[in-house]
Amino acid sequence: MHSTMRRQRLQDFIFHKVTMLFAASVLFVLLGIIISLLIGAIPAFKEFGPGFITTVEWDPVEEKFGALIAIVGTLVTSGIALLLAFPVSFGIALFLTEICPVWLRRPLGTAIELLAGIPSIIYGMWGLFVFSPMFAEYVQPALKHTLGELPVIGQLFAGPSMGIGMLCAGVILAVMIIPFISSVMRDVFEIVPAVLKESAYGLGCTRWEVVRKVVLPYTKNGVVGGVMLGLGRALGETMAVTFVIGNANELSRSLFAPGNSISSTLANEFAEAQSTLHVSSLYALALILFAITFIVLSGAKLMLAGMSRREGAK
Amino acid sequence: MNGPMNPVYRKRLFRHRAGIALSVAAMSVGLVFLFWILATLIVKGFGGLSWQLFTLSTPAPTSDGGGLANAIVGSLLMVGLSTMISTPIGILAGIYLAEYGERGRLAQVTRFVTDVMLSAPSIVIGLFVYALYVANVKHFSGYAGTIALALLAVPVVVRTTDNMLKLVPNSLLEAAYALGAPRWKVALMVRLRAVKAGVVTGVLLAVARIAGETAPLLFTALNNQFFSLNMNAPMANLPSVIYQFAMSPYDNWRALAWGGALLVTFSVLGLNILSRTVFSQKAPQ
Repeated sequence: MHSTMRRQRLQDFIFHKVTMLFAASVLFVLLGIIISLLIGAIPAFKEFGPGFITTVEWDPVEEKFGALIAIVGTLVTSGIALLLAFPVSFGIALFLTEICPVWLRRPLGTAIELLAGIPSIIYGMWGLFVFSPMFAEYVQPALKHTLGELPVIGQLFAGPSMGIGMLCAGVILAVMIIPFISSVMRDVFEIVPAVLKESAYGLGCTRWEVVRKVVLPYTKNGVVGGVMLGLGRALGETMAVTFVIGNANELSRSLFAPGNSISSTLANEFAEAQSTLHVSSLYALALILFAITFIVLSGAKLMLAGMSRREGAK
Repeated sequence: MNGPMNPVYRKRLFRHRAGIALSVAAMSVGLVFLFWILATLIVKGFGGLSWQLFTLSTPAPTSDGGGLANAIVGSLLMVGLSTMISTPIGILAGIYLAEYGERGRLAQVTRFVTDVMLSAPSIVIGLFVYALYVANVKHFSGYAGTIALALLAVPVVVRTTDNMLKLVPNSLLEAAYALGAPRWKVALMVRLRAVKAGVVTGVLLAVARIAGETAPLLFTALNNQFFSLNMNAPMANLPSVIYQFAMSPYDNWRALAWGGALLVTFSVLGLNILSRTVFSQKAPQ
């Protein structure tokens, strides 16, 4: 009898340690990524120092590398994506939780989530061959004649309408992150206690007022978390951006102009990079990208963790 | 000043209607983009679908005909192998989180990192595998692509397994413990078995996640113009071929790219829908 128990205790001990090893492997991978990128980036940081981040020039021929164009491209395209995707995602989440008839919720919710399933490269092809020609023909001239006429922000919408460029990349990123943001918003909207909403309705609030003044304040952290999750996705998105951003290593005031993001620079140049310094600069770019997305996604998780604690206390 | 003509009331009603209208408009925007993309794929890709797509390998730049057989086989091999690697790792890690993760620093940190890795940029994973493996063996290979895809799949499996296992009622576990079963038996033969369908969902979602990934394969599996089953050499795969062919100036290549795009997208979306019907629980994002 005792031997059976001892054997089982040993088995449980082994089971605990084995599963722990596999769980810890996720952490090892994270450490491995950080360390390998750091090692790869050392020559670039040694050569250029912290000025690497603020240097505009990116010239593989002259061996001069600076990250500013790529960083700006990444931040600008993701910023545009966020500006466009936030209101649309909010509208979708509102529609699916408050307006939509119950029998339609599942099919429509699934349809929106399928947008997240479409591979990045498909967005890129569709963006380059279908969306950007239409964008150049209809949207860009319209923007030029309205927002482009304004004094200060006018220069953002100047220049030739080529379709591809920073703005186009931002719009396509927006479509790509809508399902992520709206899905989080929908989840957090659903945890608002019915009593709160019913009280507001009882006071005579309209449905819009209930959403604006009860649901949104209650779910503020979750909404911010969802938006940050979308931002994290947009920052690291590679293939779609590579297709439509234009891949030009230059900084321009206009959002119509082609540019480059960190991920598109990596996708375009890493396989062909020859010199140590070029490869190392690309590792440094990857490290910067990983650091930015890690911080943004961690923020998103912390926000959403606060939200689910609240759900537990309900 | 009461009743429907009250200006305050009218303003509120107007805001309400405008808000609802904008919300319906937002929903339509989402649906329009989904159907626009799917319609584009069907219109441009359907012509390219033929038996040759599955039986012939990728053609030379200017020649006619050809198919994507080498790329389809390469993708199936890499996705299949990486699923076989990531499934046991993901399930065991998920079991640890569910069994021992209530308290304890390691489990909390792991859960957090897994969540972050779910959305981490896939191109960085490709770079990592390049630095770790390709740079050391000094050649691109199907194995390197497999490793990169497996690294992307593991977090999906971990999180779904963890979430599903938490749904198992305590009374079931307690009943098993009361019969004298050791913990590992309860975990594997009672708890895991109770959520089999949910775990399968996680694996399907992981496959859907990696099947269309291009960025991590660019510097790992690279591409191969010819049919090859050698996973220790550069390997053709659908996403890379689509990328190369779509960006090319040749009509035949572009037509094949659209055919491949149709194939990849509908497989991935099909897997997504299948995973929903297998087990109707919300998947982790």
